[in-house]
Amino acid sequence: MSIKVLFFASLADLTGMRETEVDSRAHTSVASIYTKFARDFPRLEEHRASLLYAVNSEFVQPDSPVHDGDEVAFFPPVSGG
Amino acid sequence: MFVLVREPIDIQALTRSLVGSEDGAVAVFEGVVRNNSRGKRVLYLEYHAYETMALKKLEEVGTMARERFDIHGIGILHRLGRLEHSECSIAIVVTAAHRGPAFEACRFAIDTLKKIVPIWKKEFYEDGAVWIQGGN
Repeated sequence: MSIKVLFFASLADLTGMRETEVDSRAHTSVASIYTKFARDFPRLEEHRASLLYAVNSEFVQPDSPVHDGDEVAFFPPVSGG
Repeated sequence: MFVLVREPIDIQALTRSLVGSEDGAVAVFEGVVRNNSRGKRVLYLEYHAYETMALKKLEEVGTMARERFDIHGIGILHRLGRLEHSECSIAIVVTAAHRGPAFEACRFAIDTLKKIVPIWKKEFYEDGAVWIQGGN
């Protein structure tokens, strides 16, 4: 019963993690997963206002539900090109 | 063709793969590495991507461009990893019967990519490095 969690760019540097897992039974939304990590890495809160959320490679809102087997990604505004 | 590459981008190969006998125009946008940013000297760049989502979003950019403009083909190559000054970080090629839609679709594609494709640029300076957040 797990959800894969991905961090990118400055968030990966801040947490020291690119990929980890959480128990899907402990979370109802993507934002609640972010809150869990922000307790361990308080500086994640600095990014929350501009944060982008994705579930299974699609942009979602912070209150979007999460399910067992989902891949959740957190990242700052993009800067490709 | 929508691809993430780690080697130098071959624009001519991309163009050859797209141009057909009904095309009268090819518009190309090429993004290259500048040696300065926000008043600082940039030594080199790194591009990182959420690759599975980035490929999906590149295809969406192409689909949106085809829906909005009277074009025949569109291809986007984005490079990842370390890039030096003047190297090409992105190439967008659009083919169409006429130049107007080709130019417009090319502009639309780069502007949209900079908003929705999960790729990030890290700038390296003499005194450190910074992740760039958001387009410009």
